[in-house]
Amino acid sequence: MATVELRFSPLPEHVRTARLVAAAVARRAGVDEAVLDEVRLAVGEACSRAVGLHIGHGLETPVRLALIEDEKAFRIEVGDDVPQAVRGPAHGSPGGEGAENDDEGDMGLAVISGLVDDLEVTADAHGGLIAMSWPTAPEPIEP
Amino acid sequence: MGLSLSTRTVGDRTIVSVGGEIDVYTAPKLREQLVELVNDGSYHLVVDMEGVDFLDSTGLGVLVGGLKRVRAHEGSLRLVCNQERILKIFRITGLTKVFPIHTSVDEAVAATD
Repeated sequence: MATVELRFSPLPEHVRTARLVAAAVARRAGVDEAVLDEVRLAVGEACSRAVGLHIGHGLETPVRLALIEDEKAFRIEVGDDVPQAVRGPAHGSPGGEGAENDDEGDMGLAVISGLVDDLEVTADAHGGLIAMSWPTAPEPIEP
Repeated sequence: MGLSLSTRTVGDRTIVSVGGEIDVYTAPKLREQLVELVNDGSYHLVVDMEGVDFLDSTGLGVLVGGLKRVRAHEGSLRLVCNQERILKIFRITGLTKVFPIHTSVDEAVAATD
């Protein structure tokens, strides 16, 4: 069971909420303060991509975010409901019309892969799954 | 937090000051502003990002779209940014080679190609 799970309607306005929750849980898990900006950005990118995929495929089912804390790492999973088989090249952006939007989903993945060393882009029973993890600082030793 | 936008003119440059978070929800507002400026004949834009707290790839896409529009009119789009966490996103996407990035509005206004 994840430490915190969040399911939200595939709407752009909820992506900020997902970022805030992920950053709060990451901070509590002991992720270095200097890395929190990266966590926030990577989660935002993964959730924006999932929202875009749901909208592009006319799905109203929620995007799934799992925040998992263990002894050495903080892991984030973002799941969508779009099976790998039906993904099209132009379905990664919720941003609207215009040629500059077509590659935003891919640009989001490019940003994530630039930010996160431990990244897996896989699939589960529902659809696509982006899993990322960051090391956590060891517990401070009490004096 | 939403997105704040304000514009002013210095010579032939239009300064767009952006504040808050540019993400998948707010980026369309910035896109509308840039499209409106270009449609109104402002082809030399300076986007001041000093008040931006967060920028994601959707925001990058809007800026690239703005650049494409002004270039169609032989214009320019310059950025003002000193924040490391924002600059990092331009670096990892290679967009530092695409956008002239300045440390101040004055520097961006004075710059020529």
